[in-house]
Amino acid sequence: MNSRWHWRAQREKTAFLALADGTVFHGYSVGAPVDALGEVVFNTGMTGYQEILSDPSYSGQLVTMTCPEIGNTGINAADMESARLFANGFILHEMNAPHNWRSELSLEECLLRNAIPAIAGIDTRALTSKLRDQGTLKGYLVVSGKIAEPQAVRLAAEWGGLDGQDYAAKVTCKQPYRWDEQGKLSASWGIADSLPEADLKIVAYDFGIKWNILRSMRRNGMAVTVVPATTSADEVLALKPQGVFLSNGPADPAAVTYAIDSARQLLGKVPLMGICLGHQILGLAGGGRTLRLKFGHHGCNHPVKDLKTGRIEITSQNHNFTVDPQSLDPAKIEITHINLNDLTVEGIEHKHAPMFSVQYHPEASPGPHDPYYLFGRFRELIIRA
Amino acid sequence: MPKREDIKKIMLVGAGPIVIGQACEFDYSGVQACKALKEEGYELVLVNSNPATIMTDPEFADRTYLEPLTEPILEEIIRRERPDALLPTLGGQTALNLAIALHDQGVLKRYQMEMIGARAEVIRKAEDRNLFKEAMTKIGMDVPRGQSAHSLAEALKIQAAMAVFPLIIRPGFTLGGSGGGIARNEAEFRTIVERGLAYSLNSEVLIEESVIGWKEFELEVMRDKKDNCVIVCSIENVDPMGIHTGDSVTVAPAQTLTDREYQRMRDATLAVIREIGVETGGANVQWAVNPANGRMVIIEMNPRVSRSSALASKATGFPIARIAAKLAVGYTLDELRNDITRETPACFEPAIDYVVTKVPRFAFEKFPAADTTLGTQMKSVGETMSIGRTFKESFQKALRSLETGRAGFGADGKDGPQERLSDAELTSELERPNAQRLFAVRAAFKRGWTVSRITELTQIDPWFLGHLEELAAFEEEIRSAHNLDGLKQNLALFRQAKEYGYSDRQIAFLLAATETGVRQARESIGLKPVFNLVDTCAAEFKALTPYYYSTYGTMDEYRPDNRRKIMILGGGPNRIGQGIEFDYCCVHASFALRQAGFATIMVNSNPETVSTDYDTSDRLYFEPLTLEDVLNIYRREQCWGAIVQFGGQTPLNLTKALEQNGVRIIGTPPASIEMAEDRKLFQELITRLGIRQPNSGLATSVEQAERIADRIGFPILMRPSFVLGGRAMVIVYNQESLRKYMAEAVEVSEDRPVLIDDFLDNAVEVDVDCIADGESVVIGGIMEHVEQAGIHSGDSACMLPAPTLSEPIKATIRKHTIEMALALKVCGLMNVQYAIKDGEVYVLEVNPRASRTVPFVSKAIGVPLAKLAALVMAGSKLKGLGFTREVLPRHASVKEAVFPFVRFPGIDTVLSPEMKSTGEVMGIDMNIGMAFLKSQVAAGSVLPVDGNVFVSVRDSDKDAVIPLARRLCALGFTVYATEGTSTVLRDHGIPSQAIFRISKGRPHVLDMIREKQVGWIVSTPSSGETPRVDEVKMRAEAVIRGIPITTTLNGLESAVKGLETFRETRRMEVCSLQEYHRHAPRLKLTAVEKIA
Repeated sequence: MNSRWHWRAQREKTAFLALADGTVFHGYSVGAPVDALGEVVFNTGMTGYQEILSDPSYSGQLVTMTCPEIGNTGINAADMESARLFANGFILHEMNAPHNWRSELSLEECLLRNAIPAIAGIDTRALTSKLRDQGTLKGYLVVSGKIAEPQAVRLAAEWGGLDGQDYAAKVTCKQPYRWDEQGKLSASWGIADSLPEADLKIVAYDFGIKWNILRSMRRNGMAVTVVPATTSADEVLALKPQGVFLSNGPADPAAVTYAIDSARQLLGKVPLMGICLGHQILGLAGGGRTLRLKFGHHGCNHPVKDLKTGRIEITSQNHNFTVDPQSLDPAKIEITHINLNDLTVEGIEHKHAPMFSVQYHPEASPGPHDPYYLFGRFRELIIRA
Repeated sequence: MPKREDIKKIMLVGAGPIVIGQACEFDYSGVQACKALKEEGYELVLVNSNPATIMTDPEFADRTYLEPLTEPILEEIIRRERPDALLPTLGGQTALNLAIALHDQGVLKRYQMEMIGARAEVIRKAEDRNLFKEAMTKIGMDVPRGQSAHSLAEALKIQAAMAVFPLIIRPGFTLGGSGGGIARNEAEFRTIVERGLAYSLNSEVLIEESVIGWKEFELEVMRDKKDNCVIVCSIENVDPMGIHTGDSVTVAPAQTLTDREYQRMRDATLAVIREIGVETGGANVQWAVNPANGRMVIIEMNPRVSRSSALASKATGFPIARIAAKLAVGYTLDELRNDITRETPACFEPAIDYVVTKVPRFAFEKFPAADTTLGTQMKSVGETMSIGRTFKESFQKALRSLETGRAGFGADGKDGPQERLSDAELTSELERPNAQRLFAVRAAFKRGWTVSRITELTQIDPWFLGHLEELAAFEEEIRSAHNLDGLKQNLALFRQAKEYGYSDRQIAFLLAATETGVRQARESIGLKPVFNLVDTCAAEFKALTPYYYSTYGTMDEYRPDNRRKIMILGGGPNRIGQGIEFDYCCVHASFALRQAGFATIMVNSNPETVSTDYDTSDRLYFEPLTLEDVLNIYRREQCWGAIVQFGGQTPLNLTKALEQNGVRIIGTPPASIEMAEDRKLFQELITRLGIRQPNSGLATSVEQAERIADRIGFPILMRPSFVLGGRAMVIVYNQESLRKYMAEAVEVSEDRPVLIDDFLDNAVEVDVDCIADGESVVIGGIMEHVEQAGIHSGDSACMLPAPTLSEPIKATIRKHTIEMALALKVCGLMNVQYAIKDGEVYVLEVNPRASRTVPFVSKAIGVPLAKLAALVMAGSKLKGLGFTREVLPRHASVKEAVFPFVRFPGIDTVLSPEMKSTGEVMGIDMNIGMAFLKSQVAAGSVLPVDGNVFVSVRDSDKDAVIPLARRLCALGFTVYATEGTSTVLRDHGIPSQAIFRISKGRPHVLDMIREKQVGWIVSTPSSGETPRVDEVKMRAEAVIRGIPITTTLNGLESAVKGLETFRETRRMEVCSLQEYHRHAPRLKLTAVEKIA
């Protein structure tokens, strides 16, 4: 009977997470037998590990979930946010066998198939508290048994991290493509039963775009052509879009210089909307600066205030960088949304050009749907323009 | 937007007595609301009939009315106080129903009062089945198919149209689903519909498609007037649909939903609160989800704070009631701070990084004839909650918190009842929802049954069962260490067992060791739990409020603190015999000691209570009250002392072991507590003091018991050695019953003999609470019971001042009390029960600890006895505190007990030495009859002022009933009586109508009850043998129909006195506690002169 459980391996804890500051957390492997470097971040969402793991923005990061019971609902095709898992590694307290009618695959099996390492048996609260106090740390997740602890610590410390790194180039699509022309991917269980006619032509920059952004745009009647991150403004304009969207994506926005240039050129010529990295790029294109947050915002419970209406929305967030409000020219850019926890910028709007962007994720997935209306706002912006 | 300035005075209505379905969670929410509104500078008028609540402490409101919760009384208070607004959403269903009634009667309009929190239309829309369904259909929610009916005929028509069983039947407008049920065939359908119609306040039942076996979820939601909404917590039931949420094991957060499923539920919940129109405050929405395809239907919503919101608050650290009160007066969520982080706003959704498990506590042992199958009607009397990092840890901690003697999920030597079942029996125990079902699940796993097989039988989600299966299997892994030494050598395995939540006791059982041995082994290798914070944010922000739980992790968030710390042990889950009164005492101890400069450490596991609010004490440990868990905290905190005498029997049971492990028990020495509980030692003491006691003896065999009975003569009182709330205590009238009791009722052994006392028939019982500091003793109150001795003191009504006791008797009582308190070296509270017979005072029982009556006495005399006691225990003297003389109030106070009979159809309602009440109410008035009347009304037994009264008394009461019957006639009642009583009455010139005994012919009293021809029943049970079947039937029927029953002549006399006064005044006068307490002594509660 004991062969069904892996109690011995769980107590032996031969896998470990080495942090650049020398701390080592021990656990056991519950993913692929490969080691991985990454910036360690925590996510406080209590649901949605699948969406998080398949979000390309997590590329370069080792994600830990503060929620202790993980894997409960398995993995299913409909909930993917991209074609595969993107996080560099996964750190959790307890890995569970799935029990949910939508589950098609266990999380453990999925991690194996995607060659993503994962470690369980970690006191994730201890890890989270450390990250909160010290800020994001670089880490080396070792499950292969091939690297010794001191070496792993050294490798983590020596690794350059994500500052100044252009990861968008790594995760973007290679060729432009049209999203879901048959309308099969945009309507599925729990999202929508039917779709309106797609009457607006949108080009979306893929810096690591989440599928639910694409689903949400399609649900708002937008026919979307997804283009690689390096596509120039001229190439985009040649497609005669009615609106251009700048997506979320991993790592440092300041490093994506070509996209900032493109955004600058597009500004004023076509209605623009940005989410997350796309928002930061628009901020930079508008003359602003971006800063690194101590440990970022990663979760599903961040209160954001719409400064125009006074309404609060509970939002899904995933970012390490933020637009510096001091750097924005008040004559051109207006701050429209702020985070109520730390008062950081969550949304901006151009005063003269049709452009708005938000730092958080109106497409949710995972997370609350409160800001979903923003896709409608993009639609209105286009129609008005 | 800031708070509203256009309202100044707010009226808050409490929930009244503790009943099944409405417990102390409403004291918790009420207290939070009071604090929240007072700090905003509003003037508060509070009404609640329950004296054991913290909210009715005079300092929580400007005017506190301990008056019955009825419309006329509330109107009287409104007329007197003229509040600007009524806040009805924090006092449970009781307050909501009253608010609706006041609205409908035009009272609110007449006095220009605004209902804040929820308007009448909102409440109606949420509560009226048809309106609710209509609203839900309008916004596209899936609802179980069904219809409501107002008569049996209509119900049968609906059933015929639906043509399906099982069907769920729910009465409209009730508490905790009383009267509802699941009908599997037409016969059941008829019974339940009829019962439901009788219970429903608007004679309505809803007949619904069954979603039994579906997964059940609940979302706690808050909304402000700007339409900002947050979900505070998701709760998932381990038990599937078909079992009342109050009776289900539940966990937070929800475990088995994908994000898409969860967000869909969240969206729907927000749509519901918006459509129903709850403008500000908290609500909860219940959902059923088909595990096969995710179909989600709405079950119900409560437009108010609830038991679940108390649980959600404790589970997340988010104070729903406090925030709801602030929102009701105009704040928005973003304007309010999160108290736990103090940096971030209250407008967010808590993220939790642990698992919370709630387990209900039942009291079926009190009602042997009751059906123990769980269904849509709530039957549990309390609950316990626990926090662990994983489901396994949390679940095991919850089971050992339950105070049922279990040490976790089995493996504690008590699995016999389930393990012994045949496969067929086990199957049926798994199919039938019942309180022991999870232990049957363990037994099934032990037999190698699979998760899918057990899912099929129980409909419990396989995710949970998977964990339970692993726990059941892990027992063998622990056993693989062979013995304790083996485990000690294997730290990793030892740690793993602790991470899985195994208690030292379970490990001891599995390895044939002792709990002490396991603890010593564990500590010797440094295996200790860490304490983590409940912080609302999964460690994302630094939390400032020290609200802790233990777990076997790597990071301890304990913060050193050099203040002198006193640990207060709470009472654990509510059950009959141990309720809110003890929590009240614990909370008072904490308040007083904090004020005196100590740091207080509260340990408790009951999520409903004020004691487990995060700002009641300096530190809160939400932990099981077991030796292991308490010692861990005591040692980590390095407490200066611990208080065990306030939390009832739970902490008292730990006293000896705690002391042996170096815990310093402050107050009355444990040896004194033991002396009072040990029959022999106690007998020696009172003999020395020259105090009388009923004759008694100890028996370990039938023969011995018979010899004792011969010596002292029948009737005798028999009970097992250690009891709380009179468990298994009976009055025995003859040899035959004695033998039966010895054979069936109790386990008897050499170290657990049966106690036998001479039963003083027809004696007056008296309760005395006093406080002592080792030097002086002050009487708190002398209470005279309305019921004669032989009825558990927790179940009898009692009066203060004692109306019939002579001064010499009272003097004797005072003398005895003081002598015993001094002899027992009492430092703190002491309760004594006396019986007065033929002018002699007998001591029945002495308990050197807080008693159930402490809150009642405190409120009657205007002196917070528990606070004084806590300070005395910490070293103060009564003289210094300013309490030196017994207070003899000029007003009369009456306590009445409230019973759960209505939940257990068919059981006898007659009172006995076995405690059965769940709660209490208090009536205060300058006139004692009126105070009694108020207590009856408050307890829900509204005596009629005229009409027909049915009187049937035992032979020994026949003479005494004559003058009372005469007074009833004078009041305008028509007296009906059975032949015997009727003849006696007529012989004395009292007109009375004779009717048949039930067994003799018709019309009999049952007919009269059913035809609503009788409005009051006076029935004194015949002494001696088991009550007659006739009487049982009559009382049971009356309970269901809500007809008041008076079972003693003392009660009748008080009632008659009250009615006579009422006839003169035609109304009940109301008066606030603050006014009653004008003459109360002025105390100096901060004085701690000397600390040992």
